[in-house]
Amino acid sequence: MFPELNNLLNTTPDTEEQGKLTLLCDAKTDGSFLVHHFLSFYLKANCKVCFVALVQSFSHYNIVGQKLGVSLTAARERGQLTFLEALKSSVDIFFQTPVEPPQPLQFLREASAADLRPLYAFVREALKPGDGGEVTRKPPVLLVDDLSVLLSLGVGAVAVLDFIHYCRATVCAELKGSMVALVHDSGDEDEENDLLLSGLSHQSHLILRAEGLATGFCKDVHGQLRILWRRPSQPTALRDRSLTYQYKIQDKTVSFFAKGLSPAVL
Amino acid sequence: MTGGGLAVGTVLLIEEDKYDTYSRLLFKFFLAEGIVSGHTLLVASAKEHPAGILQELPAPLLDDSYKKEFDEDECHKTPESDVKMKIAWRYQLLPKMEVGPVSSSRFGHYYDTSQKIPQELLETAKWHGFFLPEKLSSPGSIEPCHLTHGYMKLLEFIKSIISEEGFDGSHHQQTQKSILRIGIQNLGSPLWGDDVCCTETCGASHSLTTFLYVLRGLVRASLSACVITVPTHLIQNKAITARVKHLSDTVVGLESFIGSERETSALCKDYHGLIHIRQIPRLNNLICDESDVKDLAFKLKRKLFTIEPIAKLSAAQPEPGSPPLGSSLGPAGLRGTRRWQVQIWQHPGDINQSEDINQPIISPTRWLG
Repeated sequence: MFPELNNLLNTTPDTEEQGKLTLLCDAKTDGSFLVHHFLSFYLKANCKVCFVALVQSFSHYNIVGQKLGVSLTAARERGQLTFLEALKSSVDIFFQTPVEPPQPLQFLREASAADLRPLYAFVREALKPGDGGEVTRKPPVLLVDDLSVLLSLGVGAVAVLDFIHYCRATVCAELKGSMVALVHDSGDEDEENDLLLSGLSHQSHLILRAEGLATGFCKDVHGQLRILWRRPSQPTALRDRSLTYQYKIQDKTVSFFAKGLSPAVL
Repeated sequence: MTGGGLAVGTVLLIEEDKYDTYSRLLFKFFLAEGIVSGHTLLVASAKEHPAGILQELPAPLLDDSYKKEFDEDECHKTPESDVKMKIAWRYQLLPKMEVGPVSSSRFGHYYDTSQKIPQELLETAKWHGFFLPEKLSSPGSIEPCHLTHGYMKLLEFIKSIISEEGFDGSHHQQTQKSILRIGIQNLGSPLWGDDVCCTETCGASHSLTTFLYVLRGLVRASLSACVITVPTHLIQNKAITARVKHLSDTVVGLESFIGSERETSALCKDYHGLIHIRQIPRLNNLICDESDVKDLAFKLKRKLFTIEPIAKLSAAQPEPGSPPLGSSLGPAGLRGTRRWQVQIWQHPGDINQSEDINQPIISPTRWLG
């Protein structure tokens, strides 16, 4: 986790947050550093984490996690982390005969419109309160990286929204946990993606949006991060709070600064 | 240019230029580099037979007379590539030094585009070909899903080669470990049975993207690197183009000046087109090694294929014998105003032109560039 981002978001691993959906969004840049932040944040907070990794392999997250001070292998061994490595299981599912019960990624094999029920069942199984052993009082967390890939694999935007809805009902409402999901914003090119993004934006409590700079590529400022706090359940006239920072990604951390105040410029 | 080359386990997408002239050239360089480095090739095409493609590969330069000129940059490059060893577990599996027909302390080889690869070299090469019209006749073993038949057969073929030859680590090779270079040509074109280039709302709209996803899964879990060329300018649905790019690790776009309105501009005199590095992966890392220079153009002059930043356009041509601009390669390798060149080959007669070096796009050995 990045200490500067924790300060900006006003969170520490010790604070308890319940029932929140955080939406990570990246437009014209790579927002995966946010995923690494939240993964290491929740692991350090001793929460039970279920990570659905659709774009990268386990070793990728593990190596970056070690730079940030968490060991995914150790967390997985002691049962704190349930990791679904979709790249590997997609190959297995594709080349093997289907088995009962359906695998989480079974929709890859289906010719018709896919539904994500097996994936939801997997998540539910992973995050259900454990019986005996280590009793962690911390709420469980579901992380998904990233949801836009599901659209490329034949799942409709509505099906993905349904999946998120079911997960929220279980993880956020029932288990009082949190959810973090990354969605890639491709501008106006992808209508289904826009549908998914706007649907999720309305449901989320916190939106972190990483954007490329409007002026183009810069070596010292890698992008801009917009933080938006929302209250989706209260349609009051209170304005949602929003902040904008620019950031530079370094080897083991990310530094944030106010717009135009990059250390390279000052 | 692409942050140190093409990493093992990743997929590089080349967005074809309009008439598929230069993307085919880059594709051939990738394959030729594989042959010269002793890697196994897997060539898939729906348009021409893989054996025919291999016959047309450019000839490598095996002459060592230019080694002295490039040696300086070579020894700067080797520590740099060690520093940038990001895929740590793969690095352990790959030999540090290449034992091949060419003395190989260099990071990349040079090619002559006017000559074909010598027959002896081709015969020693290990390659597997996938020519779609041949393979379509046999029935598929998997029930229909939303992949087209052609893609399904190709995936099965790739998986069988990977497991048969042990690239997925299934049996420990006693001999020197090799890498499988997968090259797929014109993916997404109607010849593959995909109508993504024909209509905007196509029937099998998820075929290409699902194929790419499973391909990436296969490549990630094996000692292989994949280069695919896709005619993205033909894909009608912009959403699919965006998804295809998002699903690949590295994306390079080629835009040639042939037939475009830029033909009359000043750029066209010296260059044949632009090359856009659209995406570079961040592998096992928070950051990637991005080049400072984003405007790059390429030209194919006689036998030389060069890539240069466009900023040089306004500057005068360097005199022969002038030293390379910018400092030597630092640890990150990409500081300063360097002239980028994929120096493929230089005829002995042109030795007076000081073309400075040289970051080949495709380089072999551990950091499979």
